[in-house]
Amino acid sequence: MAKEWAEMSSEEKQEALFARWMAPKDPEGKDLKFQSPATKKAFEDRITRIKDAIQMKKLPDRVPYFVAPSFFPVYYAGITPYDAMYDYEKCSMAFKKFVLDFAPDGNLGAYVPGPGKFFETLDYKLYSWPGHGVAKEQSYQANEGEYMKADEYDALIEDPSNYFTHSYLPRVFGKLDGFQMLPALTGILEMYGVAGNFIPFGLPPVQATYNALFEAGAEALKWAGAMGGCHAEINAAGFPIIAAGFTKAPFDVVGDTLRGTRGVMVDMYRQPDKLLEAMDRLVPIMIKMGVGTAMMAGHPIIFMPLHKGADGFLSDEQFKKFYWPTFRKVMIGLIAEGVVPMPAAEGHWTTRMEVMSDLPKGKTLWMIDQSDIAKTKKTLGKVGCLFGNVPSDLLVVGTPQQVKDYVKKLIDTCAPGGGYIVSNGAFFDQAKAENVHAMVDAAKEYGSKVYK
Amino acid sequence: MAGDLVNLLADLKEQEALKVVKDRLGKEEDALKILDDARAGMEIVGKRFASSQYFIPDLVYSGEILKAVTELVKPKLTKAAGTKKLGKVVFGTVAGDIHDIGKDIVVFMLDVNGFEVFDLGVDVPAQKFVDKIKETGAPVVGLSGFLTLAFDSMKETIAAIKSAGLRDKVKVMIGGGQMSEEVKKYTGADAYGKDAMAGVSLAQKWISAG
Repeated sequence: MAKEWAEMSSEEKQEALFARWMAPKDPEGKDLKFQSPATKKAFEDRITRIKDAIQMKKLPDRVPYFVAPSFFPVYYAGITPYDAMYDYEKCSMAFKKFVLDFAPDGNLGAYVPGPGKFFETLDYKLYSWPGHGVAKEQSYQANEGEYMKADEYDALIEDPSNYFTHSYLPRVFGKLDGFQMLPALTGILEMYGVAGNFIPFGLPPVQATYNALFEAGAEALKWAGAMGGCHAEINAAGFPIIAAGFTKAPFDVVGDTLRGTRGVMVDMYRQPDKLLEAMDRLVPIMIKMGVGTAMMAGHPIIFMPLHKGADGFLSDEQFKKFYWPTFRKVMIGLIAEGVVPMPAAEGHWTTRMEVMSDLPKGKTLWMIDQSDIAKTKKTLGKVGCLFGNVPSDLLVVGTPQQVKDYVKKLIDTCAPGGGYIVSNGAFFDQAKAENVHAMVDAAKEYGSKVYK
Repeated sequence: MAGDLVNLLADLKEQEALKVVKDRLGKEEDALKILDDARAGMEIVGKRFASSQYFIPDLVYSGEILKAVTELVKPKLTKAAGTKKLGKVVFGTVAGDIHDIGKDIVVFMLDVNGFEVFDLGVDVPAQKFVDKIKETGAPVVGLSGFLTLAFDSMKETIAAIKSAGLRDKVKVMIGGGQMSEEVKKYTGADAYGKDAMAGVSLAQKWISAG
């Protein structure tokens, strides 16, 4: 009998999650039926290759390669981002075609577009999306703002869930304004007075909010069903999906969508202690978010998009004081539960690499974009597996030969010793298909020689 | 006294800087002179950013302090402040892209380095750039973009400038997230700036040559 989860070491937990990833379920929860014994073997070989690269205990059979796009599969299939967000069949078709044509060891599945109708139903304000603030031919983009006010740190620290319900969510979803009238649910305690807490649920604005939620929930379920089917087909064809879900560095939680870039930067001067306290408060919440998703999905890897800690966004001192400590705590919390954090360091992070190397070896998977890759390999690359660094601009305006040369150089620099996966460095929308093929072909060609 | 405000602003001492402004206003000092000192402080902030002593949060915070100073001073301003500018620059994030952080930094740096910047904002259609160039006669245009889709928007904007017959009259620089020399060639721009200071140097070079 297998050990109880609580009894396991973090290594055993990681192994257990990799084993679950290797034995996927279909949307009904039964063992997934692969297309053929060959695709089952290909699926297992790919995960083994990725696992060997991450754990850095032994060399993979060859250098693995990912293709990790944003909306590229949509353009590649000849549909628009609008189509992909409003027609789940078309979205599934596009991502399946992309995976089959480029055959990456790891792909991101079809989660990127998301359900357009769902966002519309709730009047989502945080983003503009195709046909709703940006053209149907373009990807969605964030509308930055101070959705959390400068004087609301105490409310966030005191009770984050209650703060989200009453203040943050009604601001980012127009249709959730009824939430402002809800009671604090922790006041629901005994017979005396308990009914009073439920009065808001009888009020028309609250009921309107719940009606919108039922409609949005039904749409989310429909979308999840379509994506689940799509991902099962991608898996059944032999292609693992890299990440189960996501969590974030606390500084980015505050700096991306709560206070915004300007807000969080000014708070570092005007109320640094409140900011630090709020980020500490978010640590267990972000750990739980990542671990919960990994356990539910039966998958070890949790994506962490990194934003406001990039070179230039903070001084070294600010990075060490405000960004790194809670980011590290979240990663350590994930690692303790067997989860492999997958931070995506888009843009330049070269000056952060030494600080970020303070991690246990073989437990993390890093997407590297334009950081100095040779320096990264010598610092962060000693403890964590790296993927990426093929530049977006090269994929758009370069030639296949330039891409191949770049990939060869990357493999020469990063593959020795293991812990490297060829990939694009930023989640891309546009690219010439022949350049993406060139990246994959070069990875196959040079990546199988290097470990021989 | 004057040096106080300049240095307090340059050192990002918000409370002390505002106190000095209030004291000076209380002594009926010329509001324009106070603003000049604040501007001198901002110039130092720009220099420190250029030499990597300051980073983006410092720029953002200095902007906040300047805003607070301006609000205190404004009611006492009798005539508009008119400092002599080096030259005009039309700037914006190209159509389809709504990212503003990078653009705002370059606009800030151009401004503290003495340029008159016409900031068109984000998601700016090609025609709006053309109209603004015609209206202002600015010899320098800055196109900002974060997304790869901006490559095509930049190319289209430069094509629109060309078909309006203005291409010989302006120098165009591009910058932002995924920009490079290769993208510069693709879009037909005159130069690519890898950071805000590169943008300032390009504007200085072009305006002094013109």
